[in-house]
Amino acid sequence: MNFTIAIPEIFVLSMLCLILLVDIFTPVRFKIATYLLVQLTLVLTFLCVLTQYLNYSNQIITFNGAYVLDKLALLTKLFLLVTTFFVFIYAFDYLRKRNIGRSEYYILGLLAVLGMQIMASAYSFLTIYLGLELLSLSLYAMVALDKDSARATEAAMKYFVMGALATGLLLYGMSMVYGATRTIDISQLGDIVNLATRNENMVVLLGLIFMLAGLLFKFGVVPFHMWVPDVYDGAPTSVTLFIASAPKVAAFCVTMRILVEGLSSMQIEWQFILVCVAVLSMFGGNVLAIAQSNIKRMLAYSSIAHMGYVLLGIIAGPDTVEGYSAAMFYIATYVLVAAGAFAVIAIMSDEGVELDKLEDYRGLNARNPWLAFIMLLLMFSMAGVPPTVGFFAKLGLLQALVEANYIWLAALALVFAIIGAYYYLRIVMLMYFEEPRAELVKVKITMRPGILAAISVNGIAVLWFGLLPSSWIDMCRLSMV
Amino acid sequence: MTFYQLIFYAFSTVAVFSGLMVVASNNPVRGALFLVLTFFAMSGVWLLLQAEFLALILVLVYVGAVMTLFLFVVMMLRVNVVGMFEGFVRYFPLALFVIMVIAGISIMVIGPARFGLLSMPAPGIKPDDFSNIKEIGMVLYTDYAYPFEISAVMLLTAIIAAISLSHRKTKK
Repeated sequence: MNFTIAIPEIFVLSMLCLILLVDIFTPVRFKIATYLLVQLTLVLTFLCVLTQYLNYSNQIITFNGAYVLDKLALLTKLFLLVTTFFVFIYAFDYLRKRNIGRSEYYILGLLAVLGMQIMASAYSFLTIYLGLELLSLSLYAMVALDKDSARATEAAMKYFVMGALATGLLLYGMSMVYGATRTIDISQLGDIVNLATRNENMVVLLGLIFMLAGLLFKFGVVPFHMWVPDVYDGAPTSVTLFIASAPKVAAFCVTMRILVEGLSSMQIEWQFILVCVAVLSMFGGNVLAIAQSNIKRMLAYSSIAHMGYVLLGIIAGPDTVEGYSAAMFYIATYVLVAAGAFAVIAIMSDEGVELDKLEDYRGLNARNPWLAFIMLLLMFSMAGVPPTVGFFAKLGLLQALVEANYIWLAALALVFAIIGAYYYLRIVMLMYFEEPRAELVKVKITMRPGILAAISVNGIAVLWFGLLPSSWIDMCRLSMV
Repeated sequence: MTFYQLIFYAFSTVAVFSGLMVVASNNPVRGALFLVLTFFAMSGVWLLLQAEFLALILVLVYVGAVMTLFLFVVMMLRVNVVGMFEGFVRYFPLALFVIMVIAGISIMVIGPARFGLLSMPAPGIKPDDFSNIKEIGMVLYTDYAYPFEISAVMLLTAIIAAISLSHRKTKK
C-alpha cells in the first residue's frame, strides 16, 4: 500500500476535520476563518496535485487496485480544485447577504471536493461508487441549505429521490458486471471481457446499460435530465454554481474509466447508446432553452445541451485519438464558462431579491459595463463565437467527429449549435441594445474586490484561452494517452 | 428437491412476496413492517450462502436499528394515504410497460444459462473452524482499507448534512 500518492485526499480529509473543530469554536463574528481555511486547503491541495502532475512518470495503482494515479486523474483534480476555488469566492457574498448556512456550505463543499477527488482516482467499482455517493450526499444537503425556501426544499427532495434511483441503477449494473466477470477492478475488467465470448458478455452488456443510465443521470442528459432545470432553478445560486461546474468534470472522468478503460471491447454498444443520448440532449436542451424566461433555467437547459456535446467526443474517441481529448477540453472549458455565468447571476441578485429573469439583464451595459462585457464573453463562449474558448472546444469536437467518419453527427451538432446561439445572443442583445427597467436604473451593482477580481480573471481566461488555446489542448491530449 | 433447496425457496418466496407488499400495501406502517420481513427472509438466504456474519448484521442493524427508527418516523408523519394513489390509474400502464421491458430483458439475460450451477459452481462446505468474521476482518482493514475509510467519511457527511438541515438558530 502506497499512502504517499493519496496525499491530496488524505490532506483534504485531515483539514476537513480540523476545519470542523475550528468552526465550532470560533464566534460568529470570525466565521470568515472557516472560509479562509477552506480556500487555503484548496490552494495547498492544488499545489500538491500540481507537484504530482509535474513529477509524473508512470501510472501507479495502489490500495489493492482501488486507487490509480495517472494523468487523467491528476488533470481532473487540477480542474476541479481550481473551479471549486473560484466557486467558493463567488458564493461568499451571496451566502453572507442571505445568511444561509455559511460555514456548512464550505464544509459540505469540501466534502464534495473530496468525493470528486476519490472519483477521479477511482479504479474499482467500489471506489467509484463511494466517491460518487460522497459527492451526491453533500450536494443533496447543499441544495436544501436554504431552509426557509420551499422551492429549494422541493428541488432537494427531487434531486435526492431521483439521484438515489440513479445510484441504484448504477449499483445494479455494477453488481451484474461483477457477477459475470467476478472482478470489480477496472484494470482486470477489460481483459476478462475481451476474452469472454459474446454470449457470456450478455450480462456485462446489461450491466453496462444500467451503469450508463446511472452515469448519464449525473451528467444530466436527455432522457435523464428532468432534475436539472428544477434543481438549478430551485437551489440557491451559490449552490447551482457549484453543481453546474466541478461535478461534471468528475463524472466525465468516471465515465472515461468505465467505458474506455474498462469496457472498451463493448464500444459498438455504448457508442450506439451515446449517439442517441447525445442527439436527444443537443436537441432537447437547445430547443427547450429558447422557451425559458428565467436565466437559471435557461442555463440549465443549455447545460443539458453542452453535456450532449461532451458525449460526442466520447463517441468519436474509439475511432480517432482526438476524440477523448476534445471531450476533456470541452468539458473543462464549459465548466469554466458555466461557473462564470452563474457567478454573474449571483452578483446581480441583491439582498433578498433574486434577479434571475431575462428581463433583469436588460441594459446591463448601462448599469455596469464591465460585468456586461464579462457576461458577453461568457455567452459568446457558450455559443461558440470565435475569439472565445468555446469556439475551439466546439471546433475540436467537430474535427474529431469528422475524422471518426461521423459526418452526419457533426452536421447535426452544428445545426443545434446554431439553434443554441439564438438564446445566448439574445442575452447579449438584451444587455447592450435595450434600456434597463425603470426601477433598476438606479440600483447599483456592487461587487467586493475579491469577487470582482475572480470574475474578471474568469472572463479574461475565456478570452485568453480562446486566443491561445494550444497549451490547454495539449494538456488534455497528454492526459488521454 | 433437497431439504436445502426447500429452505431456500421458502425464504425466497417470503422475500419476494413481502418485497411486493412493501410497495403495494396502502398503509405506510404496514409497508415498513413488510420491509422488516423482507430483511428477515433475505438474511435467511444469506445464511444458506454461509455468510452468517452479514446475515446477522442485516438483522441487527437494519431490522433492529434502521427499521425501528424508520417506523417511528412513519408513525410520526401524517401520511396522506389517499393522495398517495393519485394518478395511479393514469401512470399504471406506462409503469407496467417499463417493468415488463426491464423484467423481460433481465430474465432473458440472467438465467440458468449464464448463472446456472455449471458456470457458477456453489461454494464448497467450509471447515468447522472457518470464521466469517475473521476473514472479513482480515481484508477489511488491509485490502479494503481505502474504501472502508471513505465509507466512514460518508457517515461523517451524513451527520453534518443532517445537523445542518435540521438545526435552526434560535431567533433573537
